[in-house]
Amino acid sequence: MADERRGGGGRGRGGQRGGAATKEMGQRRSLFRRRKVCKFCADKIDYIDYKDVRMLTPFVPERGKILPRRISGVCAAHQRKLQTAIKRARQLALVPYVTD
Amino acid sequence: MNGQRQYELVYVVSPQASEQEVTDLHAQIEATVARFGAQIAKTDNWGRRKLAYEIGGHKEATYVLEVIDGAGDVMKEIDRRLKVNEQVLRHLIVRVDEELRAAERTRARRQVEAQRRAAKRPAPPPASTETPVVPAEGAGEEEFGEEPEA
Repeated sequence: MADERRGGGGRGRGGQRGGAATKEMGQRRSLFRRRKVCKFCADKIDYIDYKDVRMLTPFVPERGKILPRRISGVCAAHQRKLQTAIKRARQLALVPYVTD
Repeated sequence: MNGQRQYELVYVVSPQASEQEVTDLHAQIEATVARFGAQIAKTDNWGRRKLAYEIGGHKEATYVLEVIDGAGDVMKEIDRRLKVNEQVLRHLIVRVDEELRAAERTRARRQVEAQRRAAKRPAPPPASTETPVVPAEGAGEEEFGEEPEA
């Protein structure tokens, strides 16, 4: 019972906090939001080559993880291709799995 | 007809291997490819490259790319041989013909699309072929962004 209540309270607070944060974010975003355009669509790249390290590195930040598309603005179709390309390049040690 | 496929093979050779050993390895692959009646479409030695992470204590290695036209059994044999070879740190075989064909198709489609758009609306600059797409996509978002400001 107590657990449930605590859980509920936590969730409620979390929800409120989340709501406030998103509102703030929404306002801030609306102030200076730049529309993101998929780099591959803009450059008309149909085939993302795993051998082309220079094309892949902007999407593999410091930590070695694949940059999410909510940040990079890459469209879904190209993100899927980018993903396989990065994973292939990782096997050949062209791109890191992890770095720290 | 169905057996003709294109594969890309990249193998990473240990830096301890001499240049002679790398060429020997290439010759070996060439021989297997010839034995199965396939062809090497392209060979490219990238030379020494830094590895993104250490493999077996090595920090750099020699990369060689081969593009091979042939059926799947050639690649199976090459794969087996490369697995056995201790000089080869890594290798990767990728079938590329379908992906390249798909890319070719989208490029052709885009060209047709661009021509149709150019025919519809006589826009003088050639760079404007992509502009009709961009505003259509961004119109909603831009409104969203500007409303609170105004």
